[in-house]
Amino acid sequence: MAKYMLLIYGDAEQWDSMTPEQAQAHEAAHVAFRDAAGDQVVGGHELVSSPVATSLRADPAGELLMTDGPFLETKEALGGYYLVEADDLDVVVKLASLLPEVRAGHSGVEIRPVVEHG
Amino acid sequence: MSEAVVAAVALAHRREWAQVLATTAQATGDLDLAEECAQDAFAQALKVWPETGIPERPGAWLTQVARNQARDELRRRSAFRRRMPLLVTGDAAPGADAGLDDDRLRLIFTCCHPALAREAQAALTLRLVCGLSTSEVARAFLVPPATMAARLTRAKKKIAAARIPYRAPAPDQLGARVGVVLEVVQLIFTTGHTAPAGARLIRHDLLDRALDLGRLLHLLMPTDAEVSAQLALMLLIDSRSATRVDSDGRMLLLAEQDRTRWNTERINEGVALLMQALRHQSPSRYALQAAIAAVHAESPSWEATDWPAIVALYDRLLALWPSPVVELNRAAAIGMRDGPCAGLDALAPLLANPALATYPYLSAARADFLRQLHDWPQAATAYEEAIALTGNDSERRFLTERLTEVRQASA
Repeated sequence: MAKYMLLIYGDAEQWDSMTPEQAQAHEAAHVAFRDAAGDQVVGGHELVSSPVATSLRADPAGELLMTDGPFLETKEALGGYYLVEADDLDVVVKLASLLPEVRAGHSGVEIRPVVEHG
Repeated sequence: MSEAVVAAVALAHRREWAQVLATTAQATGDLDLAEECAQDAFAQALKVWPETGIPERPGAWLTQVARNQARDELRRRSAFRRRMPLLVTGDAAPGADAGLDDDRLRLIFTCCHPALAREAQAALTLRLVCGLSTSEVARAFLVPPATMAARLTRAKKKIAAARIPYRAPAPDQLGARVGVVLEVVQLIFTTGHTAPAGARLIRHDLLDRALDLGRLLHLLMPTDAEVSAQLALMLLIDSRSATRVDSDGRMLLLAEQDRTRWNTERINEGVALLMQALRHQSPSRYALQAAIAAVHAESPSWEATDWPAIVALYDRLLALWPSPVVELNRAAAIGMRDGPCAGLDALAPLLANPALATYPYLSAARADFLRQLHDWPQAATAYEEAIALTGNDSERRFLTERLTEVRQASA
């Protein structure tokens, strides 16, 4: 068994402009995903859209720099994630294919294996 | 060392490498270690066989040596932390019922996993399934050996770290996964058929590897129609390889080739496989391409070619697999069926296609029709375009000769 992070990227404007019916269908698809995945889902959340993000780094002198907005200014931002546990990549791909963001056109899912320390 | 032993080891390398590596990888769950030990086993054979004689079953001998060495190595390493996670070799292999329970298939499907980039799939397949050295793989794709070594390492690291499973795909995935494998084999074949750059038109080393792969896949999946069709396509195209360049290395067109020197054994084998493929299901892209190659292969001359049949096959191919290159070939066939004027008309809409903007064969096809119509200035311009766009020396020489002809005609 290994853990994988499913990072859901997409255009926040399009997510925010969903009609109530679309939002309902979207939510239902996530419920279906969680039902199908069962206890393979270890964690996961939707994130408040990226303009609300705060980014921290430091200048060469070590002075803290705080910026308003996401770390990377891209059209597609991180919108949410799941942490899942699975035997191999094929299992994860099959599971992640159930996420509505995969087929929404403006969004997609990045699969990243988690490094297990110890 | 006797020549017989060297030859036997070389033959075993070509025939058994995939089996030796694949079985060792399955037994140890470590692709890197399996690769090292398979290599060592062949080196051992060169040392041992001159004394013991060539074993009756070289493959079994090599596999045993590689596997034993891998086990020793694993025992030695067990005290240390492993460098890389193990391959996922769980025996929940869904392929067993479908007759896909073969180590070599596991290896092929792992190398051609869709989570790997196409160039990584092709490089891994040549290195791990065909047993080419890293520098040979680098030469195949015209990159420096260090670049290829890094590419192979990255791909193997991904297989282990992302846990790409070492097994044949589940039945519901099989069609799509076989499709990826065949695209990789086709890429290796095409790279060998017309080298994208360099002095030689044909790279026989790559053609032979692609044919070996096609035969292996057909051996392991004898009822897969797409596999049969792709092998048929390669055999039918390869049947002409002896006549594609003259003794000076100049490229010869289909119309100019000596058909009596085409390899009839390959043609017969290809046609038989194609028939087999066509019995199973509606024709795949490879079956239609093979059928086009078969019409050429069985035609006594260029003039006697059944052009209506070729155009009809291109029509079906275009419906199934829309591609600007297929459109171009269809337009060229229309020119052969209905004359150079019709050919130029058929090519006209393609001139605006950005996908063909740097494709030398579009300019070359136009040039040829213009030449037939005695439109010398325009033909010359089109040949100049084609010459500027091709990267292959043999093609460039052919086009330059044609350019000289039309310039002389217009003078």
